[in-house]
Amino acid sequence: MESIFFYSLAIISIAAALMVIISRNPVHSALFLIVTFFCVAGLFALLNAHFLAAIQVLVYTGAIMVLFLFVIMLLNLKAESFDFEKLLNLKIFGVGAGAFLLFEMLFFIIKSSSDAVSSPGVTEAVMQEGNTKAVGKLLFTDYLLPFEITSILLIVAIVGAVVLAKKKLEE
Amino acid sequence: MSDPILIIIEISKIAMVFGVLLLGAYLVIIAERRLAGFIQDRLGPNRVGPQGLLQTAADGLKLFMKEEIFPAKADKVVFLMAPAILLIPAFMMFGVIPFGDKIVIFGREIALQVANLDFGIIYIFAIASLGVYGIVLGAWASNNKYAFFGGLRASAQMISYELTLGISVVGIILVAGSLKLPDIVMQQTEMIFGIIPRWNVFVHPLAFILFMIAAFAETNRLPFDLAECEQELVAGYHSEYTAMKFALFLFAEYIALITSSALIVTLFFGGWHLPYIENLPISDFVLQLLQILSFVLKTSFFVVTYIWVRWTLPRFKYNQLMNLGWKVLLPLAIFNVLITGILTAVF
Repeated sequence: MESIFFYSLAIISIAAALMVIISRNPVHSALFLIVTFFCVAGLFALLNAHFLAAIQVLVYTGAIMVLFLFVIMLLNLKAESFDFEKLLNLKIFGVGAGAFLLFEMLFFIIKSSSDAVSSPGVTEAVMQEGNTKAVGKLLFTDYLLPFEITSILLIVAIVGAVVLAKKKLEE
Repeated sequence: MSDPILIIIEISKIAMVFGVLLLGAYLVIIAERRLAGFIQDRLGPNRVGPQGLLQTAADGLKLFMKEEIFPAKADKVVFLMAPAILLIPAFMMFGVIPFGDKIVIFGREIALQVANLDFGIIYIFAIASLGVYGIVLGAWASNNKYAFFGGLRASAQMISYELTLGISVVGIILVAGSLKLPDIVMQQTEMIFGIIPRWNVFVHPLAFILFMIAAFAETNRLPFDLAECEQELVAGYHSEYTAMKFALFLFAEYIALITSSALIVTLFFGGWHLPYIENLPISDFVLQLLQILSFVLKTSFFVVTYIWVRWTLPRFKYNQLMNLGWKVLLPLAIFNVLITGILTAVF
């Protein structure tokens, strides 16, 4: 039962991720990205990380992608028509970055499969305590510093956005 | 889940919630039209069936028979999907709302809730945030300027008010110490000084006002229905929709209205809690039925409030809407969290 769910979610998410790149219409790309996020949320739920699944839907599908769609619509982007030949530099950079990410992912997959990180006891303990509590405890103890740094980063981004927007108004 | 009876119980609960929501939406549509008539000092539709009760059925039949029109330059797939995308989250949200305490039938204890999730409130916000896609995609796919503006407004508005909606509930979560909705209702069944029920509306009055305003905006109802705004935008995001697709938009709106009323009741008005009768000499079963009835009545009260507000208040201007959301409601919501946090720490 679980494997059926896993494979269908995995296939849909990969197909949708491909369609994000392939579709010419930016709104369709955004829609396929939403489908991908949903499938990833489903995968989280399959791993008993229900809280993470809900947060994935809340933050990525519910907020970030709405903003994406909003911006795409506001700029009224039509189906892509520009010349891809001119974007050679971008292409080289993209291939490089993609290859690096793939290498990184493979490295960690191979490493973790040999280390056997996930022990069944951990999942059981988390289920006992409740997902939300487990995540919250970790965030405010072991990962407090990264958590706080992330919040500072977000504030910097918000202030930066406001400053950029203000300058345009004055001109 | 290997017990077949358990599976039957779960499925029948889902079917019941589904059916009640559909019936509820049907009744709310009539209630809206009759109440609008009452408020505007006219009769409203009262000809089809007793008190006009069959009016919606007649309209539904009419919409069913109408021609399906696709605008020539519409994005057909997205155009067709949009009403469904709006309708599904409206149904899904009700899944975690407890509409009664546990009930015992044939020696089996049944929790009156489809799913008791560990992160109930987060689930509700996650699903609620998906509703906007139906509106935005419907608007975009129509390829119509007016619809498009309606969609843009809807997305900006819903993102803005979602923040207030979420942050206003944080105080309740802080005090309850749980994201589970049954826990939050349970906490409200206590009494203050033995007289007043400890409903969250008395404990977090500011949060209630903020949540209520944000919920009005989230359901796209007047005074925040800028997505439709008929004077400027024809009918906003559903200008191009005809026949059953239009009916789906309508149904989604009313189901979302019922769900958000039920949510207000659950979070702030004690859910199914009926005060003062717990110690009376009545059997448990009758008590539980009365509690379900009290939940239905409380929810109906807020549905009527929604309708009442719609036909009483004028619409906001767009800049007023944004100013209210970002400069008034959001700071107040954060202030509320701060105060609640300090008070929780002190006491």
